Amino acid sequence: MKLSPVRYAAPTSVEEAVALLATCDAKIISGGQSLMPIMAFRLASPELLVDLKKIKGLGDIVLDSEGLHLGAKVKWIEIETDVRLKTAHPLLTKAIEHVAHYQIRNRGTVGGSLAHADPASEMPAIAACCDAVISVVGSGGLRKINAADFFVGALQTRLEPDEIIVKILLPPWPATRRWGFQEFSRRRGDFALAGIAAYFDVEPDGRATNAHIAVFGASDYQRRLTGAEAELNGKKPTADTFAAAARAAAAEVDPPSDIHAPADYRRALVETLTGRALADANR
Amino acid sequence: MKIELDVNGKHMSAEVEERTTLADCLRYEFGLTGTHLGCEHGVCGACTVIVNGAAVRSCLILAVQADGDSVTTVEGLSNDDALTPLQASFRKHHALQCGFCTPGMVTTAHALLTHEPNADEDRVRDVLSGNICRCTGYISIVEAVLDARSAYGRDGQ
Ligand SMILES: Cc1cc2nc3c(=O)[nH]c(=O)nc-3n(C[C@H](O)[C@H](O)[C@H](O)COP(=O)(O)OP(=O)(O)OC[C@H]3O[C@@H](n4cnc5c(N)ncnc54)[C@H](O)[C@@H]3O)c2cc1C
Ligand code: FES
Ligand code: FES
Repeated sequence: MKLSPVRYAAPTSVEEAVALLATCDAKIISGGQSLMPIMAFRLASPELLVDLKKIKGLGDIVLDSEGLHLGAKVKWIEIETDVRLKTAHPLLTKAIEHVAHYQIRNRGTVGGSLAHADPASEMPAIAACCDAVISVVGSGGLRKINAADFFVGALQTRLEPDEIIVKILLPPWPATRRWGFQEFSRRRGDFALAGIAAYFDVEPDGRATNAHIAVFGASDYQRRLTGAEAELNGKKPTADTFAAAARAAAAEVDPPSDIHAPADYRRALVETLTGRALADANR
Repeated sequence: MKIELDVNGKHMSAEVEERTTLADCLRYEFGLTGTHLGCEHGVCGACTVIVNGAAVRSCLILAVQADGDSVTTVEGLSNDDALTPLQASFRKHHALQCGFCTPGMVTTAHALLTHEPNADEDRVRDVLSGNICRCTGYISIVEAVLDARSAYGRDGQ
């Protein structure tokens, strides 16, 4: 459980960090809450760790007309304690409450979670659900990647080896939006066996529109469930509509079986949790 | 690489390999073996220390990342003369048996009560959920932490 030998650098700018990433088999370290365990198991043994610690300007939480900008170095604890976010993005706040345990929340970061792309993690689920835009900087300059394109598989993203996530933008959140967030894990703070983040808006005639339902934990990667969304759009948000959407959600996932839970169990969870998330949204 | 940090109020320095965790640095370089290592991959909480006021897992931080930081270990939460209120509360409530998890429980509880002296039982349970104890069944630990709250005021002593 000891790490392999590794070199360490703490550059002071994104450009310097990008240049260092290109020099050898290098990896960024931010909070270290996912990378350190992986290195302890020697599942990764990079030659060089590039610490983002001394780079300024990656840790801001900004609300403006474009939406909510979260810098890559924003920590879970900072989202939890920012009182603006409880109204500016209640779905995000609720989701982040479920991330890991106290000590890990004091160090884990938004950028690290997006780059690590654990299929059961909450931040990528919010990114997928809310059509977020992820800004990355590499030797080719700045790129903006839609969340729908960013996650491609378990622990796999479109990030190039010399690219650094600098921020994520969540589009503006109307105060009238209905939303729900549900996950199931065996112990508070553990990774979810399955989870659902959902929202929809309501037309003046009472019909649901703009439904966004994203799955995590029961899928290779965080993504929207378009079949379930279609069951909701244009319908009155009733218990029957939600039940149909929940059934569609379960039919749309192909969850893994592992020591934590068999696939059938996870699929059943997706149906139950979708139903609950939508019921919460309608409260 | 040479690092300098403040540990329990004392200036300390060490020449460490980059791959050394803060936990191993504390134990092997500084002889502070109060910090326990249960899992070395972030799941048990035994290695919790307080870095710049925040409870963190010292097995998930490189010593070089903590260069320049201020670290409090379980040794820094005791004094030689008498038990601190938190220690006394652990004793009163039988909040330890083998004691392996205790350094992590004490550092976590201290950080929590320093920031949130009015934490209720739900909050205490939520925060301690990341610390594994194989002996006590947790109830006594939660009671000890709740009972120690009165010793932590607004000034965050
Ligand atoms: C016991 C335990 C339980 C946990 N439970 C949960 C949970 O329930 N939900 C959850 O979401 N997470 C959980 N986590 C993970 C935690 O939230 C991590 O903090 C997070 O996934 C990664 O963030 P980090 O800053 O620590 O990243 P690091 O560990 O520093 O890095 C992770 C990966 O991302 C890369 N990286 C980091 N920052 C950037 C960047 N800006 N640009 C490009 N690449 C980057 C690194 O190179 C590395 O590959 C848990 C961790 C532990 C140890
Ligand atoms: S030894 Fe650090 S969390 Fe277990
Ligand atoms: S007292 Fe033995 S592990 Fe907690």
